[in-house]
Amino acid sequence: MTPADRSTPEPLGSLAELGAALAARRIGSRELVDAALARASALEPVLHAFVGLRAERARAEAAESDARRARGEARGPLDGIPIVLKDNLVQAGEPTTCCSRILEGFVSPYDASVTRRLRDAGAVVIGRTNLDEFAMGSSTENSARGPSRNPWDPGRTPGGSSGGSAAVVAAGVVPLALGSDTGGSIRQPAACCGVVGLKPTYGRVSRYGLVAFASSLDQIGPFTRTAADCAVALAAIAGHDPHDSTSLPEPVPRYAEALTGDVSGLRLGLPREYFVAEGVEPGVLACVREAAAELERAGAKLVEVSLPHTKYAIATYYLIATAEASSNLARYDGVRYGRRAAHPKDLHDLYHRTRSEGFGAEVKRRILLGTYVLSAGYYDAYYRKAQQVRTLLRRDFERAFEGCDALLTPTAPETAFRLGEKASDPLRMYLSDVYTVSTNLAGIPGLSLPCGLADGLPVGLQLLGRPLDEATLLRIADAFQRRTDHHLRRPPEPR
Amino acid sequence: MPRITRDEVERIAALARLSLAPDEAERMTAQLGALLDYVALLGELDTRDIEPTSHPVPIATPLREDRAGTPLAPELALANAPESEGGAFRVPPIIEGGE
Repeated sequence: MTPADRSTPEPLGSLAELGAALAARRIGSRELVDAALARASALEPVLHAFVGLRAERARAEAAESDARRARGEARGPLDGIPIVLKDNLVQAGEPTTCCSRILEGFVSPYDASVTRRLRDAGAVVIGRTNLDEFAMGSSTENSARGPSRNPWDPGRTPGGSSGGSAAVVAAGVVPLALGSDTGGSIRQPAACCGVVGLKPTYGRVSRYGLVAFASSLDQIGPFTRTAADCAVALAAIAGHDPHDSTSLPEPVPRYAEALTGDVSGLRLGLPREYFVAEGVEPGVLACVREAAAELERAGAKLVEVSLPHTKYAIATYYLIATAEASSNLARYDGVRYGRRAAHPKDLHDLYHRTRSEGFGAEVKRRILLGTYVLSAGYYDAYYRKAQQVRTLLRRDFERAFEGCDALLTPTAPETAFRLGEKASDPLRMYLSDVYTVSTNLAGIPGLSLPCGLADGLPVGLQLLGRPLDEATLLRIADAFQRRTDHHLRRPPEPR
Repeated sequence: MPRITRDEVERIAALARLSLAPDEAERMTAQLGALLDYVALLGELDTRDIEPTSHPVPIATPLREDRAGTPLAPELALANAPESEGGAFRVPPIIEGGE
């Protein structure tokens, strides 16, 4: 036995596989949680994906799950399953840092609604994962704790901002992680790490307990290895919540029933502007075109559509997201929670020094841009203008969906880039989000799934749907996974 | 629009309650300038009659029954305070001659 064999336990299976093993009593939750914790610790020196593990409480909760099952009271497909949460989703009695120095020492007095729902379903949270500070970034390099690494190549980013969550699902530490997506922060890391990531329709999942970045864009969603697992996770977290007035009152469909394997007759729109944009890697385009061809062979009909305002999306997004962020982040003032500067001479000094010491460079840059575009004399030229273009972008999608049932695009213009490659050029980093930000501006659902490798790195296929039509995206993704094996490919075991 | 100046960046920083070191102010001025140059792209579009979108999904303000609930207990609300006293958050003196 080599040292690597001894120190690194086997990767865990999918949610469906682990759920079946638990139901058949081939394994207990306690063993699963131990295995997940052991693998998390063994890979941490390579992946740097965790902000914190909660080993003791997780083991106790796993034992409770096993006891429930022994009594015949198992709660469903998530009971006893180890999961992780991005460290901007609060858990009662646990720290939440958003990977910012300004939240040092904060311990949440309450559970996020998604935390509560997953706990009620019996899932066991084993830890909190790394992110770009306050979810602002596309690589995790803006984390105050340093970047996470991609399991496919530790010299590269796992994507961001939910990079830690994507990396641990790809590495087989847990079968399910939650992230948040404001402009692509679930879908782009899912693409970089070769896993499934879903940003639900705005309002489908309660944002209560998600630390706010841009409130009209933020959504919580799952990372899994298969579309079928994603359907189970979405069913668990979706639905109206009286604690979030923007959560939608519409009933939650039975997503698992949408997974028929049949896509015949579905019209898939290929937006012209997403396939000709400058800077798309040829290897990415080749995989995405082959995925479209596979779905066509499965009976789907490919149609070309146009989203004519696509080239304005990044500019619109950064004006709106930074404006909202500048307002949301005003709450970090050193008075009620988190960090406070030492020995302030007055209240003004306390605010300034707490915020200047506590926020990292990217967060400051966005607060400044957002404050500027909302300030007197610039509001109409920048913020109102961006809101008007947001209307145009929304209408683009409405028109496109008149002629098709879902859109099919690359998730990101390139595979995972090298750590450090874009860190000094904010605008270049922002352009990583060119295919994902419009989705948040329009509020529609988007799903990324792996569709092949380019030079040994995963490529993401993005599916976009009508508002509240996650079921169609899951159906297409599941049908694709039944016909292909891209989702079964594993990153090499680290040595 | 003229390029953002360092004075403007410092004025904005003061509004946002941020203090920038001299080299930081210099760098931010250049970076914000580049970002504002980029977003000027939106000027190409005629949006005269376009309604702004502030919320992606059109929903009415939801109402609930006016029933009393249980708020966060005061000691929990204060548990994260850097300084608290007598059931309140404590901050440095605001009015001169206070304390």
